[in-house]
Amino acid sequence: MRKLIIRNGRVIDPASRLDAIRDVLVEEGRIAVIGEKLHVTGAEKFDASGLIVTPGFIDMHVHLREPGFEYAETIESGSRAAAAGGFTSICCMPNTSPVNDNATVTSYIKERAERHAIVNVFPIGAITKNSAGEELAAIGSMKAAGAVAISDDGRPVMNARVMRRAMETARSFGLPIIDHCEDLHLSSGGAMHEGVESVRLGLRGIPAASEDVMVARDIILAEMTGARFHVAHISSRYSVEMVAFAKSRGLAVTCEATPHHFTLADGNMPPYDSNYKMKPPLRSACDVGAVTQGIISGAVDAIATDHAPHAGSEKMQEFEKCPFGVIGLETAIGLTLEQLVHSGKISLARMVELFTTGPANVLQMERGRLSPGAPADITILDTERNWTYDVNRSASKSRNSPFDGRTFRGGPVATIVNGRVVWTAEERGFDAPVGQAVRTAP
Amino acid sequence: MPGGLLGIETLDRVEIETILDRAKSFQPQQTESKRSDMLRGRMIVNLFFEASTRTRTSFEIAAKRLGADAISITASGSSVDKGESLVDTLNTLAAMHPDAIVMRHSASGAPHFLARHLPIPIINAGDGTHEHPTQALLDARTILDRRNTLEGLRVAIIGDIAHSRVARSNMYLLSKFGAGTVLCGPAPLLPAELTQITSGVTLAHDIREAIRDADVIMMLRVQFERQDEAAFSTSDYYRFYGLRLEHMGLAKPDAIVMHPGPINRGREISSEVADSQRSVILNQVENGIAVRMAVLERILSN
Repeated sequence: MRKLIIRNGRVIDPASRLDAIRDVLVEEGRIAVIGEKLHVTGAEKFDASGLIVTPGFIDMHVHLREPGFEYAETIESGSRAAAAGGFTSICCMPNTSPVNDNATVTSYIKERAERHAIVNVFPIGAITKNSAGEELAAIGSMKAAGAVAISDDGRPVMNARVMRRAMETARSFGLPIIDHCEDLHLSSGGAMHEGVESVRLGLRGIPAASEDVMVARDIILAEMTGARFHVAHISSRYSVEMVAFAKSRGLAVTCEATPHHFTLADGNMPPYDSNYKMKPPLRSACDVGAVTQGIISGAVDAIATDHAPHAGSEKMQEFEKCPFGVIGLETAIGLTLEQLVHSGKISLARMVELFTTGPANVLQMERGRLSPGAPADITILDTERNWTYDVNRSASKSRNSPFDGRTFRGGPVATIVNGRVVWTAEERGFDAPVGQAVRTAP
Repeated sequence: MPGGLLGIETLDRVEIETILDRAKSFQPQQTESKRSDMLRGRMIVNLFFEASTRTRTSFEIAAKRLGADAISITASGSSVDKGESLVDTLNTLAAMHPDAIVMRHSASGAPHFLARHLPIPIINAGDGTHEHPTQALLDARTILDRRNTLEGLRVAIIGDIAHSRVARSNMYLLSKFGAGTVLCGPAPLLPAELTQITSGVTLAHDIREAIRDADVIMMLRVQFERQDEAAFSTSDYYRFYGLRLEHMGLAKPDAIVMHPGPINRGREISSEVADSQRSVILNQVENGIAVRMAVLERILSN
């Protein structure tokens, strides 16, 4: 029997409200016992003294680019970046080529992941065929093949009637619907947040209103249909307030925030630096404050990275021409500690919740908790050790991060997936969270 | 200014004054000989990714009057049409070791992006809707030919401000010298944030209000090629924002009318005004060469 004992770590498990020094015993890929000073023989040992032991972190919003854009990322490379960022589960958006709008593509992604990924990969299916916003995709079949949600991320459904039918369908199959809320007419041609900075730089703006009007529409449709509706990468003040309002009405409305949206404002961008270009764009300092406030108040349910790899050649273009998106798996924990925990805005336990039970509840997944019998997905963190992010050592195939060279206080030190240690920082030397995966999937 | 000239926003006052003073000495009335060989043996590439007659010609003449070799490349008919990326085009040109690249591009920030990757000085000849620094310099030279100072002047800039690189560069320059700028245009072309990008800027939606007591009236070309949406009706435009003789009585008696060209008669300015004694539009063209000579000299002679 394969055993792993994680000794003497501070175990934080939001689901059971545990926050204490404990040993965690893993047997056959599942949590066996959590207790004090366990007597165990014949187990591999992991000394977690001084470290934080939590349920495996879940990133419910990544782009793995496979199939179709393997030059930018693959299921394997993306999963390695996830492991190096402390994530044990990732949910991949359907905007691949072909689009994940049917069970064949969903199954393909699952099979590739089983063979090549070192973390758990959960596909998100498209809402409409080819994400064209017109005809509904094969939502039920995708769910049967393993899809955990549906979304036309990046190509939002503009037709409210189609969205209504999608919500009704998603509800009947028990799936949440995730919307990238953007009115494409209002945002048309925009390259950054509309405000003083866009006017100064002579770039067409993406107004916060382009997000807000769609959040409003979707909340109204969610109430009408009873669907579970999740706002992807929320970035504007008004949108956060509307989600809080929807929650107060008892609706099944949730949202996620990305580390870049609670860390950077439009004014932080070096002029025309394409590594700061993403959708939704970096918004005003006031919006950054509102997203942060939403995380503190509970309006925001999860932190997700919207990890969006793009090849160097795609980003090495005129700012208005280059694609939207930044990678984010490896810097998420560092940024969350820096912006929210060390600054005293949220507790460490709340941070763990945002990465575990938060997304697990949105997706109704049996992950994100350390209960005996559950899959042994475990993230081990060091909250104090300084390290510097070197994007050229990233496990991702892409390099489009605005955080290259940033020094963080704290980060992941080991990632355990289904009882297997898939990544440690420098062979458990804890010097740099960006290290090599110690073992690959079988 | 050894690294090139990307915009007015980051230039300091002394630098601007130096260029404007030097440009004066290059004006036709100040110099007997049209040519010098100050920049002999230097090669300047004019790289125009966007149609332009006057700016490109002006830079070419400026380079030739200083004795430099000037080569002009326009995007159509070049490798750009064959799908080459901007970086590759510029790397190729850089490998031919020009001493400076004068560049116009339809994307805001394109020269800034290249300046980060190329060791060659880049002179921005207009980037998208961002800046057009030599235009602001030649405008300042033109105003200073008729006024002792920019300080305290009231300058009205009228037209499609949202899409105007000329307006932005002029706003930065005028505010550095203590002039007040009134921006005027239809609301969709006049974002309120303009007042926050530099000091001394106010907005007006009524042309009469903008022109009242103005020392300088700068008209902008209506940029139909930049409007992929119907921001304002064309017929309303001339009626409410076109400069006509009847407006001139509102301005200071010695107010001057400027336009970066090319002008659209009957669209943003009436022929009567464009051809009037108040109009200094052709002086602007003359000063374009003088100012660009001063800029090229400052960047290249060392």
